[in-house]
Parts: sequence; C-alpha cells; structure tokens
Amino acid sequence: MIRAEGLTKHFKVHRRPAGLGAALRSLFHRKYEIVRAVDGITFSIERGERVGFLGPNGAGKTTTLKVLSGLLHPTAGRVEVEGTIPFRREPAFLRRITLVMGQKQQLLWDLPPAETFAMNRAVFDVPESEFRTTMAELGELLDLGNLATKPTRQLSLGERMKCELAAALLHRPTTLFLDEPTIGLDVTMQLAIREFIRAYNQRHDATVLLTSHYMDDVVALCPRIIVIDGGVIIHDGDLRALVKTMHPDKLVSFTLTGPVAEDVLARLGAVVRRESGRVVLRVAEDALRDVVAHLLAALSVTDLSIEDPPLEDIMRTLFKDHRHAEPAAAPALGEAR
Amino acid sequence: MSARMTLRALPALLRVGMAEALAYRAEFVIWMLTTTLPLVMLGLWTSVAAEGPFRNYSSADFIAYYLAALIVRNLTGSWVVWQINDEIRRGVMSMRLLRPIHPFVAYAATHLSAIPLRGVVALPVTLILLATAGRGAVTHDPAQWLLLVPSLAAAWALTFTMLLAIGCLAFFIDKSMAVMDVYFGVFAVLSGYLIPLDLLPGWAQAVTAWTPFRFMLSAPIEILLGRHSLADAVGLVTVQWAWSALMFAIAMWVWRAGIRRFEAVGG
Repeated sequence: MIRAEGLTKHFKVHRRPAGLGAALRSLFHRKYEIVRAVDGITFSIERGERVGFLGPNGAGKTTTLKVLSGLLHPTAGRVEVEGTIPFRREPAFLRRITLVMGQKQQLLWDLPPAETFAMNRAVFDVPESEFRTTMAELGELLDLGNLATKPTRQLSLGERMKCELAAALLHRPTTLFLDEPTIGLDVTMQLAIREFIRAYNQRHDATVLLTSHYMDDVVALCPRIIVIDGGVIIHDGDLRALVKTMHPDKLVSFTLTGPVAEDVLARLGAVVRRESGRVVLRVAEDALRDVVAHLLAALSVTDLSIEDPPLEDIMRTLFKDHRHAEPAAAPALGEAR
Repeated sequence: MSARMTLRALPALLRVGMAEALAYRAEFVIWMLTTTLPLVMLGLWTSVAAEGPFRNYSSADFIAYYLAALIVRNLTGSWVVWQINDEIRRGVMSMRLLRPIHPFVAYAATHLSAIPLRGVVALPVTLILLATAGRGAVTHDPAQWLLLVPSLAAAWALTFTMLLAIGCLAFFIDKSMAVMDVYFGVFAVLSGYLIPLDLLPGWAQAVTAWTPFRFMLSAPIEILLGRHSLADAVGLVTVQWAWSALMFAIAMWVWRAGIRRFEAVGG
C-alpha cells in the first residue's frame, strides 16, 4: 500500500553561466534556483496493483520513486509506504520494499553475483532455507542458469539486469519500485523481464510501481497509469480509459490484394499510411463495425487487424494539452541566495 | 537493524570484504605503497643522526620509530573518505541506503576485512624492526605487548571515524576531498607520521595533547617502543578510546545531517 498526499520535493540548484568570469563572480555571489521536481502530488496504490508511472524526462518520476523508497526526504507532504514513513528507513520497511534502477547497479563489480546474493541474504537476515527456495524460484523465473558464478563485469547488460533483479528481490519484498528496469535491453530480454515482473507480482501479490520509456512495458504490465509532467500529476487512472478519452479512434490495418482508389479509402477513414498494398486507416470507434464490414465485403483485403493508437502518440498529445493549458508551468520556482 | 542482526550479518560482510580486497589486490598493493612516507623520513633522519644522536634520537632510534610508524599506519590507515566521496557523487550511495544495515557498519566490515592482507606488509616490517633495531628498541613488557592490541584497535577506530566524518562532508560540499588534503597535512605533523612528536617545538607538543592526531598513530608507536610505564600506557589507551567514541558521535552527527540533504544524484 502506497499513499502520497501533497508530496513535494524541491531542490536548490546553483546556476552560473559558462566562462572564467562567471566562475570568479560565483565565488562571491552565488545564484541559486529552486527547482520544483515534484510539486504536491497525491495518489494511492493498493496492495498487488501494477501501476505505470509515466512522464517526459525531468517530469519528477525518479524523484518520486526515491522519496517513496526512503532515499530522499520530501520537502513537504505526507508519504506512507507499507504503513511506515519511508525516509525513516526503518529496517522493517527496507525489508518490505525494493528499488531497482536500470542505470544503477548494486552488484559488486569484480565479484560474481553470488557474492552479492550472499551479502544481501545476510544483511536482509533471510534464513538459509528461505534463501535457497527464493533463489531457486528466481533462478527459474529469470532463467539465471550459471550466471551467478561469473564475475559481474563479464556479464552482458541483459544478464546483469537479471542478476540485479534477483539481488533486489531475494528478500521477497512486497513493494517494488522499478525505475527503467529494461533500459538498454534487447527486445527478447525486455519481454523476459516483463514476464518476470508480472509473474512475481502474481505469485507474491506484490505492489509494482514502474517507470519506463518503453511504452510496451507499460501497456503489457500496467492496467493503471499515473502521468506526471512538470512535477504534477496530469492523469491517474485506467490505461484503456485514457486511450479511449485521448484517442477514441482505432487503427485498422490491412493488405489490399487489388487496386483501390485513394478516395474510396478516404471515405472509410483517415489514411495514416499506404505503402505498396499495406494500408493503415484511422477510424472513429462508432464507425468501426461498418467500416470493417465494408472492407471485408466490398474490397479484397487480407491480414486485417484493429489496434489502439500507440501509447507514445497519446502521451505526446497529453503533454502538449497539459502545457497549453498551463503555459506558466515551469520547473523553476524562484531564486534563492 | 538490531545489534543482534548486525552481528549475524557481520561474518558474511567480512567474507565479501575480503573477497573484494583480493579482487582488487593490485590497487590494494599500490595503495599500501603510498603509505611508505615513514621510509622516506627514515632515510632522511638516519643520515642526520649518522654522526651522532639528534636530540635524544640515535640512528637506531629513528629506524625503530619509522618502522613502527610504517606498521601502525599500515594497520590503521583507511581509504573510506575516497569511497564515500565517490559513492555520494556517483549516486551509488542510494543502493547502500536501501539495505537494512547502517552504512557505517558495512564500510567498517569492508575495511576490517582488508586488515589481514595488510598484515602481509606489516608482518615482515615487524620482523625487520626486530632484526635491525634490536630487541632493545621495543618494549619488553608482555603486558604492554598485549596493550598494543586495544591501542591499535583504537587507533584504527579513531582514524576510521575521523575519515567517515570527513567523507560525509561530501553531502554538503562538492569538493570535500580538499578538506581531506588539509586534514592530511595536519595529521602528518601532529600524529607523528612525519617526525616523532617529541622533536616538535614545545607549543606544538602541547597542541598534540588536545587534538586526536597523536592517538591515531603516535600512541601505539610509543607503546610498542616502550616509552611509557604500564600505568601511563593504560591511560594513553583510555584516552584513545575516549577520542574514538567522541569522533564516532561526530561522524554520526555529520551523517545524520548529511543524509537529510542527500539528493541521490544520478538516475
């Protein structure tokens, strides 16, 4: 269970222009700016939910995850995770959560991952028998094989990420904060990690809060998304409902097996793409049934499929709408000396 | 984490620390070689004392002193400042904070587990000390040899906690390593690392009585070389532990204040 009420995190950032003169001036007269990384966000996540946390770079996603996992003290607001205040970092709290950051590693670089696993077992006070069971389970879910005995520095990025996840989960946390866990991984490995997260969530009824730049991760894993931009939440709810609200149209793709005039297609919907025989039409949802029936009956088509527009498009529209609605919204709050 | 659980985790932490020390053996040997300043000073002072004692120090006294300094420095020195600084600046500290064990305990385990490897250097130097300076150069009192253990432990603890406190300054200032440079200059003079403290001017010797530096290096050297009665040596070790306790409190205070400011940079 995660609760955030008016969660705010501001950073004081020193600003100076480039050049020696500016460097010398800054010795005597330092200019600071308060950056509103997170600005009063409120949400709650129930046990066992999988929630996608989306936003452009610098939106406040990682800062929020760091506050929720107890790494940062919030500037204001109330935060509660697993019934405790995260920044106190009480051992019982740390044993129930984990934070995986795709761009940071906890594995000991020059030693095999097995050493990190053994250290975490001791530090998290996991009984030996439970450790063996968990490692067997994680080994199976992540297909670890003999990776644990190879020096970390010799593992590929994907192999390392699997071991990172194992190291982060061997104490069986019930709240998972995952910050870009699939960054830099190839498609196969992304799928494997995604499947693993889903399986872990289902087996342990674990709460998952996930940030990812790969929208496929979010679509595949998270029924609910929270969208943040400029430190404020601009959407919190069901992913499908958002798609429906933002883009009620569907994308109908098919291959034409004979010549069809452009205006015939244009009468059915907006032509998004037409390359050789392959056509993608944007069709309003209420007209979908008729258009598909017409395509199948009147035109010679094969390989017909119906999809929602890509989440990237929806996000782009959402951020654009938000910025138009609040033109004054900027990350800098003011100056401080 | 409770003290009981910390103790239970300690063997695993020490084992991993030793595995790391062995994995980084090349860097480790290079780091140990940087602690050879006493050998340079030994060469300098033995040539000064070649034609006759300098103040109360003969050539053999200088040899005994600087070899003892090399042993103590090897066993009590620490690189924790660089480690903390690097971890804070690169954001790696975040990973440490997610474990339910105080980072000071984890750092201590890493550094303690490297001590056996340092013994590889300290032991031969001890044998050289006994062979070159003669048995007369070191204490004959078995009780003082025994006292050397808590004295070395206190010197290690005091040095370690002092360096923890300096390392934690990286939470507040970008260039905390500059503080380390200043610290090392003062340490070298007031701890007896550069020259024996009884060769310092009177006022400087008075300063050493009220600063922690003497208790980080000179105190165990003085005990090893049999400079004190047993009662005085016990007093010296007591003061060493008192300084260690105070420095631990200071390091904890800097840590607590620093962690509130921690910005978990990167990622």
